[in-house]
Amino acid sequence: MKDAKTPDPPVDPDFEQRSLDAVCVNESQLQHPWWHNLKYTAWGLMFGVVFVKTEIISWFRIQEMFRFESFHMYGVIGTAVLVGAMSVILIKRLKARTMHGETIVIHPKEFNKGQIYGGLIFGLGWAITGACPGPLFAQMGAGFGAISITFLFAVVGTWVYGLIRERLPH
Amino acid sequence: MLEFLKQPWPWYVGGALIGLTVPILLILGNKTFGISSSLRHLCAACLPAKIPYFMYDWKKEAWNLFFVAGVLGGAMLAANFLSDPNPLVVAESTKTYLAEKGITDTSALLPAEIFAWENVLSLRGFFFFVVGGFCVGFGTRYAGGCTSGHAIMGLSNLQWPSLIATMSFMVGGVVMTWFILPYLLTL
Repeated sequence: MKDAKTPDPPVDPDFEQRSLDAVCVNESQLQHPWWHNLKYTAWGLMFGVVFVKTEIISWFRIQEMFRFESFHMYGVIGTAVLVGAMSVILIKRLKARTMHGETIVIHPKEFNKGQIYGGLIFGLGWAITGACPGPLFAQMGAGFGAISITFLFAVVGTWVYGLIRERLPH
Repeated sequence: MLEFLKQPWPWYVGGALIGLTVPILLILGNKTFGISSSLRHLCAACLPAKIPYFMYDWKKEAWNLFFVAGVLGGAMLAANFLSDPNPLVVAESTKTYLAEKGITDTSALLPAEIFAWENVLSLRGFFFFVVGGFCVGFGTRYAGGCTSGHAIMGLSNLQWPSLIATMSFMVGGVVMTWFILPYLLTL
């Protein structure tokens, strides 16, 4: 039986496509001039400094982590999750809003098999390159020019995923 | 002060600042933390090639590209003005193992024996640059996120799919490190 009172929400094909396999799917109704994005660059700068100074971008630290021979990376990720989780709880409790007054929404993640298959493939790559996508940017910035080749192939990998996505198990 | 900042920062300082990224991005503009998507936006911006997966308005996600540009710039600042002149302190057991494989240069964050331009065209380079990079890009998108999107943002929001993804990252990394890398390092 169809409930006549709740019409289907309008489907935005662009949004449908963009939110596939994406972490961030929030869409602001506000229009800002482009330079508003510089606030993200500002925190990105901070982030890049942290990546280098905490040595997270070091191939050696990733080796230690996967060989279970140092606590460092577990400490970093563990603290980050703890601080992140406490912040999320606070944001939900206080019904916090963005600096522009919009309601903060965090979408739940849906499980699909890609999280296992893709996760394993990424894990293999993480241990070889010693870098996840964030550190790739930071390694290039810190002067390791040859990492631009790794980065290029990470983009190629993403592109090939997009090309064959429909044929992969999800 | 500057001398203090030049030392390597302890894990809890780095961890806390990375964790703070979660609320900061939410408050700045309702953005959920994730970095690997930037690679997709680059594809969508530069070479969508009529692939449906890249046919979307990437400009709506431009914030992500502004963020990673900052990461690159921040690393540049840290490397030029806050760099620690001392060699990296690597766990003894890791150091001994790597030395057996011929990796002894711990003067920089990445071993010069692997990640140098002259290795790019070698067989070793093929695995460390090409295969490694490809797995990072392909795997993160297939998994729908990387360490930031799943391990930090997802776990912060207590999402069990992110826990599964994070465990898969770890399994993949352990398999590579213990069973495959020992051979790749001898190439």
